[in-house]
Amino acid sequence: MNDVKDVIIPLAYLFASACFVLALKWLSHPLTARRGVHTGEIGMAVAIVATLMKTDIVEFQWIAIALVLGTALGVPLGLLVPMTAVPQRTALSHAFGALAAGLVGTAEYYLQRPAIDKTTMIALGLEVVLGFLTFTGSLMAAGKLQGIVRDRPWIYRGQNIVNLAVLGSALTLVGILVYHPAKAALFPFIIVISLVFGVMLVIRIGGADMPTVISLLNGYAGLSAAMMGFVLNNKLLIIAGSLDGSSGLFLSIIMCRAMNRSFMNVLFGGFGAQETVGSIEERPVRSVSPEETAMILDAARSVIVAPGYGMAAAQAQYKIRELSDVLMKRGVDVKFAIHPVAGRMPGHMNVLLAEADVPYDQLYDLEHINSEFPQADVVLVVGANDTVNPAARTDKGSPIYGMPILDADKAQAVIVVKRSMRSGFAGVDNELFYLDKTQMLFGDAKQVMGEVVNEISKMPATAGVMR
Amino acid sequence: MSSKLEIGLFVFVLASFLGFQVITRVPGLLHTPLMSLTNAISAISLVGSLILAGAAEGKLATVLGSVAVFASMTNVVSGFLITDRMLKMFRRREAPKKKEPAPQTQEVTP
Repeated sequence: MNDVKDVIIPLAYLFASACFVLALKWLSHPLTARRGVHTGEIGMAVAIVATLMKTDIVEFQWIAIALVLGTALGVPLGLLVPMTAVPQRTALSHAFGALAAGLVGTAEYYLQRPAIDKTTMIALGLEVVLGFLTFTGSLMAAGKLQGIVRDRPWIYRGQNIVNLAVLGSALTLVGILVYHPAKAALFPFIIVISLVFGVMLVIRIGGADMPTVISLLNGYAGLSAAMMGFVLNNKLLIIAGSLDGSSGLFLSIIMCRAMNRSFMNVLFGGFGAQETVGSIEERPVRSVSPEETAMILDAARSVIVAPGYGMAAAQAQYKIRELSDVLMKRGVDVKFAIHPVAGRMPGHMNVLLAEADVPYDQLYDLEHINSEFPQADVVLVVGANDTVNPAARTDKGSPIYGMPILDADKAQAVIVVKRSMRSGFAGVDNELFYLDKTQMLFGDAKQVMGEVVNEISKMPATAGVMR
Repeated sequence: MSSKLEIGLFVFVLASFLGFQVITRVPGLLHTPLMSLTNAISAISLVGSLILAGAAEGKLATVLGSVAVFASMTNVVSGFLITDRMLKMFRRREAPKKKEPAPQTQEVTP
């Protein structure tokens, strides 16, 4: 019987690994993506059943309790969390995954010492350090996203040196244990220092950098799972962990590129620390009423909507979808321009608009939409600021200089929906608002968008200018 | 180098490479589901946690293992559920694909 298990279990793990790779492959298109999820579920179920068949497992009561409790927490986290809170949930799940890795590493150390070979100890040390720093780091990130922890970065002089020293000391302790694995007294210090470092790492990072930080923590959590695979000599863990790690790395690179920043700059730069850059002088802007906006939009042939997180904060996405529908019905071409950092995590804006029932073939990413702005009659900027700020192109002194932006200023006309003349995340004034072609529609995005929709709906069917 | 480590490194490097290749094909549209799905997948650390929790190797291992099982299981369940929930919302335009710009002429005259 056990001989059969020795064959079946590794084959089941191999099958699960293949399922995971296919799951990610099918995620390359919205039409096949759900198939990918189901394949991943099958792989996971097979791996769990195979593991429970292992002869190493002799006690089941604690496992059963933990599985039931985990399911009891997982179902509401999966089904009830609103889409605006997905970034927090994601950060929280990084924390959970990393915690599991850290705890398993800790237990393995106490079980295997003092006879731990060097390579295993290196992997174990990395697993524990990454696991625990990701645990507290992700909790901090989740707290900041949820608004429990202050969003502004907390920065003091010499912070980089202190942080590096703290991380260095944890790694030094790991190094000592590699050569003297019996010195168990050092192990708790590694845990505590890593936990502290996670807090120190994220406490200095501001709201604008959250998409990058979440991606980075995703990568760390994956890496620590892969390290667990090395410690336990389990290939399935190595594969799944490195898939997670590479997705974290990939998304971090995309996020950094979208903000024209380097990893080092995100982790050590303290972006968004400035309260406001210089003094923003009072300059005249042109404001516009919802009625006029309705007429301008209805007269257009093509409209591009550039949404930012402010739109979601005002819960205006449903009204904007109504606006898009009513305009499309009247023959206006409506597209949505999605900047990679428009939400609070990679791809967040797409999910928010999809939830509001905007078809995904109306959503365009930066590189596909930018060439279309010069032909657009109207750009409607809703709750976005830094991602449409032309200073990123021209002003070398600006903190966002070099960041790829949506070329909203190249359209024929721009309407900016904004609550007031406050500056964005980066604390930078926006030249776009003062252009001659720009008109400001002040007010709560949800409310004014609703008014615009009503105005357009009231118009006779022929009101649109000749198209 | 022990053969155990050697195989592990081969798997690690090749899987990372494969992962990168596959993941770069995921469009920006689906980056949030991508993150939640890889998250759910990496909750496969459940496998390690289960062995630890069930092997009866002392109180510490059982307690830490059980907490790890709880944490990973939460990720498995919530990760797959929320990914599917998000993907269900992505839909294409229902209207027929890009008709010629004269849709009004469809009215039937008796």
